[in-house]
Amino acid sequence: MYRQVVASTIVAALALTLGLSGALAAPKFTVGLSISTLNNPFFVDLRDGAQAAAAKAGVMLVILDAQNDPAKQASSIEDLIAKKVNLVVINPTDSDAIVPTVKKLNAAKIPVITVDRGASGGDIVAHIASDNVAGGVMAAEYVGKRLNGKGTVIMLEGIAGTSAARDRGKGFRDGLKKYPGITLAASQTADFDRAKGLQVMENILQAQKKIDAVFAQNDEMALGAVQAIGAAKRDKETFVVGFDAIADALKAVQEGKLAATVAQQPREMGRLAVEAAAKALGGQKLPKFTPVPLKLVTK
Amino acid sequence: MQPATDAAPRPAGRGASSVDLRMRVQRFGLPAAMVLLMAALTVLSPSFLTVGNLLNVTRQVSINAIMAAGMTFVILTGGIDLSVGSVLAIAGAVLAGVLKGGAPLAVALLAGLAVGTGFGAVNGIAVAYGNVAPFIATLATLTIARGLTLVYTDGRPISDLGAAFSWLGTGDAAGIPVPAIITLLVFAAATIMLTQMVVGRYIYAIGGNEEATRLSGVGVRRYKILAYAISGFLSAVAAVILTSRLDSAQPTAGLGYELDAIAAVVLGGTTLAGGEGTMAGTLLGAFLIGILNNGLNLLNVSSFYQQVVKGLVILLAVLLDQKLRGRR
Repeated sequence: MYRQVVASTIVAALALTLGLSGALAAPKFTVGLSISTLNNPFFVDLRDGAQAAAAKAGVMLVILDAQNDPAKQASSIEDLIAKKVNLVVINPTDSDAIVPTVKKLNAAKIPVITVDRGASGGDIVAHIASDNVAGGVMAAEYVGKRLNGKGTVIMLEGIAGTSAARDRGKGFRDGLKKYPGITLAASQTADFDRAKGLQVMENILQAQKKIDAVFAQNDEMALGAVQAIGAAKRDKETFVVGFDAIADALKAVQEGKLAATVAQQPREMGRLAVEAAAKALGGQKLPKFTPVPLKLVTK
Repeated sequence: MQPATDAAPRPAGRGASSVDLRMRVQRFGLPAAMVLLMAALTVLSPSFLTVGNLLNVTRQVSINAIMAAGMTFVILTGGIDLSVGSVLAIAGAVLAGVLKGGAPLAVALLAGLAVGTGFGAVNGIAVAYGNVAPFIATLATLTIARGLTLVYTDGRPISDLGAAFSWLGTGDAAGIPVPAIITLLVFAAATIMLTQMVVGRYIYAIGGNEEATRLSGVGVRRYKILAYAISGFLSAVAAVILTSRLDSAQPTAGLGYELDAIAAVVLGGTTLAGGEGTMAGTLLGAFLIGILNNGLNLLNVSSFYQQVVKGLVILLAVLLDQKLRGRR
């Protein structure tokens, strides 16, 4: 069943690639791309970016949708091993569950690149993901410039112990070091949750008589903070910066309720993954981690 | 927890109220813990004991307090309701969806409250007629309600619900936050039900000794269903406030809220075995948790320590309560 799907996908992709590339040389390498789910616009964008880059990079891409099921992902990658693809790019459904599969690929001497989520074990040629630290720095730069290097800032943290919370927080703190006139008056966790963001911000508003800016480590908390600040009628004195660029946040940026949000670039992520695959197959040495640039969305 | 010593059924008469009186006299522990905590916070943070912050706390506590009131009914019958957080989510989503669909506010509110009550009744029917253990029955509805919320919202928040609706969560009347007024009304009604009405006596009796209550001719099943339906209804009331405060119904709303509600009830001195407890205790329990959360934020305590402190304070409060009640 899977084999048939893979086979027909390969045939279809081959026909399409040949049809599209026309005069271009036939691709030298076949690369498998296993995506955690295509039922999420983020990963659809990632696939589109990878597809667009594949033709230029001279690789034939075989795309497999794991539908968020680690077992399905494992078996479809086994099919890729049987097909003897040259390299596999994996966007794992789960960093731990993917490890046995990565080891199988290692045993079959097929190089592995991971995208967005990493793998907890096995040999990985390169990992390509958004740089959360850089995103935090970006938010700090925006806050620092907008406040002209002076003021009181609050941070709402994500779930304690998660890598996203750690990295975004580190980036923001590091970024603020450039602005000694800015003090981080409070940094409290709101668990990446909108209701908690509202509640924690309400409490901080009680404690802090003057707040010039708020950085929330994700948009959900940022939108909760916006509600709290609005209800306290203190929206003139402060502004909020979020992270992730979810639909509600982009709308809030347009309406001027949210000052900015840091956006990941999934298309860019897909493109960089395929380019890394082509480089690896061409014998080039790759850095272990390739950060995907983020961008700040403002009105 | 101690065993239910008042095992004899108290279907009517003076028996129930004299037990209530005894419990009131013994209930110094939690207020004492609360006073200690508030005194400590007043010393540590100048922002704590201000009118603005205390009103802020009542607004925040309302959601957990209202859910805990419903949970008290269920726990008094000897049951448990794990589904409250998910029921809150589906009630909030339906309310927001109906409102977004252009229906008048009253219709949307009724729809949300009906959904909550319906889920509560389903819990009650499964427990009373299906003889499913309350833990399992409500665990099942927890999953079902969460799943249906995701289906209904397509995993996305439903936002921008209008100014009239937002008054319920963010507005105030005569300087008192609307959520605090709703909380007061809920607790007043619940206290009257439990202490002044036959329904209340039956609910205590079922938790005290279900078999004896049944044998004395009480329709135990009906009152159990009622208790779970009240819990579902009050989860929906909490959903109204939460959705209004956020101006958005979140598909992930209420995750883990059942634990806070249960904690408030148990802190308030209600025994998990059923048959013993008061609404006033539950309200105090909810406030203790709320004040703790508020204080930790005001003091800017690191998020790593917050969980440790929260657990310790809850443990100490229960220990102090036990001590002052003269139990080992």
